[in-house]
Amino acid sequence: MRFLTDRKRAEGRGAAGSGTAHHWHMQISAFGLALVVPAFLYVFGSSLGKTHAEVLDIFSRPFPAVVTALVLVVGMIHFRKGAQTMIEDYSDGITRKVLIMSVAAFSYALIATGLFALAKIAL
Amino acid sequence: MSDGKKIERPLSPFMLGPYYRLQLTSITSILTRITGNALAISAVLFVWWLLAAATSPEAFARADGILTSFIGHIALILSLWGVWYHYLAGLRHLYWDTGRGLDIPTAEKLGWAVIVGSVVLTIVTIIVI
Repeated sequence: MRFLTDRKRAEGRGAAGSGTAHHWHMQISAFGLALVVPAFLYVFGSSLGKTHAEVLDIFSRPFPAVVTALVLVVGMIHFRKGAQTMIEDYSDGITRKVLIMSVAAFSYALIATGLFALAKIAL
Repeated sequence: MSDGKKIERPLSPFMLGPYYRLQLTSITSILTRITGNALAISAVLFVWWLLAAATSPEAFARADGILTSFIGHIALILSLWGVWYHYLAGLRHLYWDTGRGLDIPTAEKLGWAVIVGSVVLTIVTIIVI
């Protein structure tokens, strides 16, 4: 028997242990992505179907390279946290932990790979 | 008070259909989750294509050939719609987070705005680019 009341469990930082930090981070990254995603769609969309040389030329320019880097980093961290919410809704225990860690590993691996490709093209 | 026994309830999203009447607000909500998570596949496709461009002309030809093939086009158009849908649904969430638009008539209007808006923006993007 636990002597904690529902009220007590919800107080302070609540059941998550981190309060509203997760939600607040999703709001911040959503705002940032709202600014940068349309520009990225233009950059990627207009480079599709171009020759290899033209694609290298586009992504070595500052604006397309910076926009792509921002979408990759902010987008994949936004994904990592959003996917975490989905995992927490549908699984628990060790499965939940392993899935959250796997999504984090996948997200950062994709960020690192994308940034490596960008650096190699731009520099 | 709980007597400690676990009550068997249908776990979300499996209550949809048998126990829960589908409605615009719940469909647009679950589509936000589906598009957001499916966009990870789009991100993999893009990074693979970009890495191929950074690697060699042969690698780029292979990746670009698949992305600009018929199936590649379908995947990219679906990704584009996914981006716009998730984009508008995200803006709707930011609006809701200010405490506005939570009454049912407004929420349903916002739902239709997200659905229609995502299709329109997808078509506009394809035409413009």
